[in-house]
Amino acid sequence: MEPLAELVQAHAELNQPLVQQSLSRRRLLGASALTGVGWLTPVAEVLARRAERVRREHAQSVILLWLAGGPSQLETFDPHPGAAISAGTTAIDTCLSGVQLATGFDRLAEEMADVSLVRSLVSKEGDHERGTYLVKTGYRPDPTLVHPSIGAICCHQLPVGPVEIPRHVSILPGQWPARGGYLGNQFDAFKTLDPAKRVPDVASQVPAERQTVRLSDRAVVDAAFLPGRRRAVEATMHGAMIEQALAMMGSAQLRAFETSDEPAAVCAAYGDTPFGRGCLAARRLIEQGVRCVEVTLAGWDSHTKNHETHERLIKILDPAFAALIADLRERDLLRHTVVLCGGEFGRTPRVNPLEGRDHWPHGFSMAMAGGGVRGGQVIGETDPEGGKKVADPRSVADVHATVLTALGIDPAHEEMTPVGRPMKFSEGAAIAELLDMSI
Amino acid sequence: MWARNLLFVTVCLAGLAALGGLLSPVHKPPAARRVAEAPTAADLQAAVSRLNASFAPHAGPTSRAANLTIARRLSLALTGTIPSLAEIREFEAQPPDAAIDWWLAELLADRRSSDYLAERLARAFVGTQDGPFIVYRRRRFVSWLADQLHTNRPYDEIVAELIASDGLWTSKPATNFITVTIQPDAGKGPDANQLAARTSRAFLGVRLDCAECHDHPFSKWKQSDFQSLAGFFGQAANSLRGIRDADRPAEIDDPLSGEPKRITADVPFAADALPIDGTPRVRLAQWVTDARNKAFARAAVNRVWAQLFGRPLIEPIDDIPLADESGTDGTPEALAILADDFATHCYDLRRLISIIALSEPFAAESRVAGDDAAAADTLATTWNVFPLTRLRPEQVVGSLLQACSLATLDYQSHIVVRFFRAVGQAEFVKRYGDSGEEEFSPQGGTIPQRLLLMNGELVKDRTKENLVANAATQIGALASTDEKAVEIAYLACLTRRPTSAEMQHFVAKLAGTRGDDRRQQMEDLYWALVNSTEFSWNH
Repeated sequence: MEPLAELVQAHAELNQPLVQQSLSRRRLLGASALTGVGWLTPVAEVLARRAERVRREHAQSVILLWLAGGPSQLETFDPHPGAAISAGTTAIDTCLSGVQLATGFDRLAEEMADVSLVRSLVSKEGDHERGTYLVKTGYRPDPTLVHPSIGAICCHQLPVGPVEIPRHVSILPGQWPARGGYLGNQFDAFKTLDPAKRVPDVASQVPAERQTVRLSDRAVVDAAFLPGRRRAVEATMHGAMIEQALAMMGSAQLRAFETSDEPAAVCAAYGDTPFGRGCLAARRLIEQGVRCVEVTLAGWDSHTKNHETHERLIKILDPAFAALIADLRERDLLRHTVVLCGGEFGRTPRVNPLEGRDHWPHGFSMAMAGGGVRGGQVIGETDPEGGKKVADPRSVADVHATVLTALGIDPAHEEMTPVGRPMKFSEGAAIAELLDMSI
Repeated sequence: MWARNLLFVTVCLAGLAALGGLLSPVHKPPAARRVAEAPTAADLQAAVSRLNASFAPHAGPTSRAANLTIARRLSLALTGTIPSLAEIREFEAQPPDAAIDWWLAELLADRRSSDYLAERLARAFVGTQDGPFIVYRRRRFVSWLADQLHTNRPYDEIVAELIASDGLWTSKPATNFITVTIQPDAGKGPDANQLAARTSRAFLGVRLDCAECHDHPFSKWKQSDFQSLAGFFGQAANSLRGIRDADRPAEIDDPLSGEPKRITADVPFAADALPIDGTPRVRLAQWVTDARNKAFARAAVNRVWAQLFGRPLIEPIDDIPLADESGTDGTPEALAILADDFATHCYDLRRLISIIALSEPFAAESRVAGDDAAAADTLATTWNVFPLTRLRPEQVVGSLLQACSLATLDYQSHIVVRFFRAVGQAEFVKRYGDSGEEEFSPQGGTIPQRLLLMNGELVKDRTKENLVANAATQIGALASTDEKAVEIAYLACLTRRPTSAEMQHFVAKLAGTRGDDRRQQMEDLYWALVNSTEFSWNH
């Protein structure tokens, strides 16, 4: 259908009374399929498997290493050793000739053949909340609607597969974990803490026998509520959600959230930190078919003592990031998993009187790897003098378009929002240099 | 040394005072310029009858819900929680045909209602974001708004103050409406475009901002309409003395280039209501709230309707067709009736709430006879069946805490109870997932929500054995019979009595139990009630 005709029809559909929309059977079925009830039936599972095969050439999952607070590009992926703006930060060579990382990324330097850097991201959002929104959704905050984060789009668009656990996960969620936005809160990331601890709320409070009794009691109460309200009650999906929650509670896949049964050497490679364990758990979850995992490492907001802050955090980030890339590659998962690493903005080239760097959205970096994203590329350059002029500037939306394209999702696909406004998944342009569609 | 000790003591005292202030908002009635006359019963009844008549042509075979069900709806809408057992007892002591009027009056006078309504309105006015540090105080804003609502200040005055106030965000809390759009990090003052979008959506129910970047293909709004409206905020600036209008031509950011652009302020409709004199924001405030600008009252009516029903009269809530003199604007007659009444009665929010709350649609059953799906759809569109709507996170946690306490949790509660309630509530809402500004989107629940109610700490804590704090234990120990115990648990959790099948099922389980066994049975009963569909959905 022509885009315009589609729009007209979509607008016409929206003029129908809401009740019909929200209760229509098609919508209910659609919703149930999207939220994962689909896997409950064998036919759906077969279909899902086939869909899985068909799209094997594309990436299937995303891991976002979220550096909350806004890391300095100069102390991470875009060092300018020797320049005044480096303020003494040195750099190391990597396995790619001519590409340097800031000192401290010794492990990552060895993996750079698989990693690409975008050094020329520019945005207009210099506030933490707004910047986080932009980088996680690819859109600037809009008072009229909430955009879905990339993980939510993944779950919305890609087949479910035999997954009994949430397909969108946020490990060590910061203040603003990824959300489903207009796609619905069923696409919000499932929040969980350090993998050394139990996943919250998945263990029954009482022994199995008593739980069974409780559930049958619950059914008695629901049976009294149902008569005369069948239509509306079905639309609530309350029962279906309980079924899924129970399936999750009893699922062996829950083990993927924990890292205690990994060999000590593997754990050590990732680093004995909550973030390191989070990255390891991310790999385990991806193996189970989870679509998107974000792992947060917070504390990059270095308004004071910038260099010390970065030195401390890079000791956590470097082993975890590098081990994740190597581990995914060894397990042949890297081809199908896009790994992103970055924060909401960069930091000022000029160091302030408190030895800190302030917010700087005018030229910052993000690292990408896997999932068909070509490794070893460097996009753009920032000004060694610290000016706002950036060579080959790219928008955050371009990164989103790149990831979506790698996943086989058309960034220009227009989704109708509940308020009746068609929205593209991304308004950016995929970065062609990073996409190698030959795999 | 002494100075340091003194400083330490002062800091501690200030901290305590601040904490006290947090838990008990200051009641400072503002000087209202005019006060709506309290409606007489007959006058109110006449208005309700006019509203009911507008629904009559569609009337279907539905019946009136039980009084207790209506009481639950009212409590959830106005206070964000279910009635306590103590309140239910008082409610049932009233003569049945006067009980709803009595309960409505009680709730409208309750400070909890002002606080809850203020929070809900604030979501439309300033959003849910924390906003810029220092220059924006959301909590201050909400408590100011609650104060205004508590004195039933006319709605037009409140809105005019939001738009036109000058001053500091602390001493003049209304200015937070402006300061929330400041981006200090980017060195930017108030954002005229965001303010215009908020103003048109929240106060007028018009989506002018769809034309922010280009002319909208499906509506009559042009980009110039939006930019001219934004022009009224184009001089607003922040300084050491707070928000004021700067002495320079109005400028807005061009949405496409991001460059400043000079603009002449103008309004997109009802131009005769725009005064010629005054500062830009004062003129805008007068235009927005002028009786000739019908969109203002209509937007308020749609929002209050949504507050009570969980679903607006016109969907989406902020996209209402402009009033059309011929009466063929496609909106339900109820909208015009309520908007006219609201405008001619001093924009009295309590009166508006009362008319809707006492109407037939609000009292309608949420069941349809024979479970006929087609009939259910038809009756729902004509408001002859009460819609099932998902409770908001704070309504769920409010209901949970209230169900687990037999006494009413309100401003009379012990400070410790209130403190733990506030803390538990915040943690729960965080895990449950706030739906943010998307107040009335028809979404189903989520798996983490079900996990939280089935396995979460709060449910466990509030239902386990605890004779001092937990209703489940108290009921098991103190109810005179098993039947009474089951009945009280149902009243406390679901605001109704059990059906005979339910009674039979649970009494059989309680029969002959004592001690730990009985406490466990009560805990299980509470668990089942709290995890039912009925508990998490307004109906």
